[in-house]
Amino acid sequence: MKPILVLTGLGILTLLAELFRFRKALFPLVIIGLLGALAATISYAWYDDGAMGTFINGMLRFGSKEAVSFPMITSAIIITTALLWYLMQKDFLSDETNETDHTALVMFMLAGAIILTCFSNLTMLFLGVEILSIPLYVMAGSRKNDLHSNESAFKYFLTGSFASGFLLFGITLIYGAVGSFDMNVIGEVMMDTAKAQPSFLYAGVVLLLVGMLFKVSAAPFHFWAPDVYQGAPTPVTALMSTVVKTAAIVAIANLFLSKVLGPLASFWAPVLAVCAALTLLIGNISAVMQTSVKRMLAFSSISHAGFLVMAVAAVGSSMAPKAIYFYTAAYSIASITAFTVLLNVIKAHRNDNVDSFNGLAKKNPLLAVTMTIGLLSLAGIPPTAGFFGKYFIFAAAFTSGYGWLAVIGILASLVGVYYYFRIIIAMYFRPADETAVTVSSLHQVLLFVTAVLTIVLGLLPDLLLNISAMAEGK
Amino acid sequence: MITASLIGLPLVFGLLLLFTRGEGVKRVALAASVITFLFALFACWTLQQNPADPNLETNSVWIASIGVNFHVAMGGISMILVLLTCLLTPLIILSSFRNQYENPSTFYALISFMQMALIGVFVAQDGFLFYIFWELALIPIYFICLLWGGENRGAITFKFFVYTLFGSLFMLAALIMLYIHTPANEAGVHSFDLMSLYGAHETMTAAQQGWVFWGLFLAFAIKMPVFPFHTWQPDTYVTAPTPGTMLLSGIMLKMGTYGLIVWLLPMVPDALEAWGPLAVTLSVISVVYASGMAIVQQDFKRLIAYSSIAHVGLIAAGIMAYTPGKTGTEGIAGAVMQMFSHGINVVGLFFIADILLKRTGTRELSKLGGIRNVNPQFAVLFLIILLGSVALPLTNGFVGEFLLMNGVYQYSATAAVFAGLTIILGAVYMLRSYQSIMLGESNSVTASFGALSGSEKALLLIICAAVIIFGVYPKPLLDLIQTDLRSLTLLMAPAAN
Repeated sequence: MKPILVLTGLGILTLLAELFRFRKALFPLVIIGLLGALAATISYAWYDDGAMGTFINGMLRFGSKEAVSFPMITSAIIITTALLWYLMQKDFLSDETNETDHTALVMFMLAGAIILTCFSNLTMLFLGVEILSIPLYVMAGSRKNDLHSNESAFKYFLTGSFASGFLLFGITLIYGAVGSFDMNVIGEVMMDTAKAQPSFLYAGVVLLLVGMLFKVSAAPFHFWAPDVYQGAPTPVTALMSTVVKTAAIVAIANLFLSKVLGPLASFWAPVLAVCAALTLLIGNISAVMQTSVKRMLAFSSISHAGFLVMAVAAVGSSMAPKAIYFYTAAYSIASITAFTVLLNVIKAHRNDNVDSFNGLAKKNPLLAVTMTIGLLSLAGIPPTAGFFGKYFIFAAAFTSGYGWLAVIGILASLVGVYYYFRIIIAMYFRPADETAVTVSSLHQVLLFVTAVLTIVLGLLPDLLLNISAMAEGK
Repeated sequence: MITASLIGLPLVFGLLLLFTRGEGVKRVALAASVITFLFALFACWTLQQNPADPNLETNSVWIASIGVNFHVAMGGISMILVLLTCLLTPLIILSSFRNQYENPSTFYALISFMQMALIGVFVAQDGFLFYIFWELALIPIYFICLLWGGENRGAITFKFFVYTLFGSLFMLAALIMLYIHTPANEAGVHSFDLMSLYGAHETMTAAQQGWVFWGLFLAFAIKMPVFPFHTWQPDTYVTAPTPGTMLLSGIMLKMGTYGLIVWLLPMVPDALEAWGPLAVTLSVISVVYASGMAIVQQDFKRLIAYSSIAHVGLIAAGIMAYTPGKTGTEGIAGAVMQMFSHGINVVGLFFIADILLKRTGTRELSKLGGIRNVNPQFAVLFLIILLGSVALPLTNGFVGEFLLMNGVYQYSATAAVFAGLTIILGAVYMLRSYQSIMLGESNSVTASFGALSGSEKALLLIICAAVIIFGVYPKPLLDLIQTDLRSLTLLMAPAAN
């Protein structure tokens, strides 16, 4: 609850900045606020009583003993990513739009993301999804005079609200079958195998699944993603493919990997497995054909959603939740690296074609080296964090009997190597042109930090995995 | 600690080289690699004194939550390959002395990182660690080929990268499969330790074993390469800069053959019994096919590339033919010997190809000729290396090839007949190339072929010395691997029943 309060308070404070003219102080203020939210999240690790972590009549649950680690760690990952993102967008987003409004939207959106990590009531799930989505609809269209940006916002809004409809309908049907929104109650009913469930419960689960798969842009509900990602301002795209994706997949994990819908695994796991396979194939194969790096990253983010959904399908493995949060952490950090470099390249070249990366290794070695590390991590090559993310997911898939899915994952990673390496080849191998690419010192620090994090998590994944072991020990 | 330091040393040197500036960087690199070599000799001496010396083993927890340990150790087979790596690295660096590379500090640092990863592969006793080093070896060589390679290097090195990554991902899948069949500890964590993996087959079905077999075999076969997974190799060898080619053929392909011995043979006995014959057949086809291809090549570097496939095919056949209770360990012993000799010989041959290209501007056999008239010294050195490569008795190639043929013959006389073609065909293509390069009248291209420089002469002399010494007196190497062969026999013994 505390991180949500801190973030919402920060959002309101940001809005006041315009009124009371302390806009200059906004940047440090937000940084401090985010650090505060992070501290508030981590502080839950010191609660030893389960009841302390429960809020609003049990509708939010940070610390019920069985699941103490997952909401906390995922919230921490989301806030940390948001912090890195905030450092990244400075001077880029504020250039063209109203800084205060924008920052406030991001803070509210983050509050929604945190709700998705810790909801224990289906109404909270719906609220979280909406709080997360509505600021994004606005932000996608924040470049008011750009047709692409308008198109992006419009498409995102229409398809997004449609998906919310599915979600709500699914929740309603489940309520109809169980008679409660509370996830503990739902869980108990599901566990009771003796009683036959009405068939519309299954319809409800499917609709819920459709709504959530839409949010993570998993196939076959991914069609909105490429256009929206490409049209939105690049920093907003980065936000969508890191924070939003993490929040959505965490919400899915909370529903499906827990005792809530876990007992129905034999019904939905094969469906998710097929969705994961489709997502991997479509995301990767389409990414190969792109010449715009931004659009390529959009398709690659679809394929990463495929890996994450694969981890949910591997519900039989105790590895699955760990795999999900490790993967999202690795993926978010590497994406921040890639988008930061992309922002600087776009700034210099005024376009995001692969050719803009030609000879970057000569022009700006820092950008090229950190981008290489980021791309290696996205492609899942050791010794980067992304490799362990993929490893945990493959291991989970094998353990729960989805060997064929893991093999598709392996082939998909190979295709991934193809398009990530196209950028690497362009940076090192193609001749450079005249355009100079410069990087602000803030971005230099950011790139350095994300690259080091990627390598450190790649060498010592236990740093992140052990946090959960510590929490579970409580 | 000795083994772990042997991995750490090149890593530290590599980082050091990365920040060394100026012309002297190649000398620093050479000095660093010689220090590593001396340290490897020290390790070898330790092993000879006491094969069970605790200093040779390091085992500490790395990633507790998935049962991965940093476990490295050296037996005789590992030692020979580590020695080979540490011997060839200074030679490879020496071979580049007359070339001017852009960004020399990055270049030599990458070679040093590569050395680190290769040593890691040969000493890892933990499946996960083995995989990590296996992949780590790929990244430096990819950049060496991409940044300093020849024409059309972008596409070719990319093919090489994806091809080998394809194999290694299947190896990863196979290792995970084995891992989940090892016994779990009280926390539910399985183990990646080599010895635990060896035991995993007991709880696996025949079909699962088959998948594991092919996952591992695919990775190793691509690395070596064995027909029909060889299509990346000739182009990559030709395009890579000479030190890169030497790394690839001299050391890196031994990752595959080493993998066959340590990571495949004892792993899944039922699958070995079912699929081993097919693997041997592919290896033998590889020998015949590549020898045939070598005969028709015009480009000398490409010719060596194909000859390398032929040699490694025989090594693979010798390893896969090993059947406890039916054949002796001669095949394995021969394979280890041949890995060592082939590494030395092929580096020598690629260096000769590089000298030819630098002096004459071409490697086309038909455009060369009569170099012996101009530079008899070079001709003699070339001849010695060449004879080593065609396995003439009293050269290093003979010992390994003889033992390999012996092993394959015990397995199947038919296979031995076809594999034996390598001796005849090898002589055909090597002598043919010698004839067209060295003999005959000198022409306008070769007339101005100057004397060898100091570094060139030193390198060729070292290689020729190794060819002769290990040909006349291979005993120290053979002695080194006896303990390992015995434990391999014991390990695989139940499979014979």
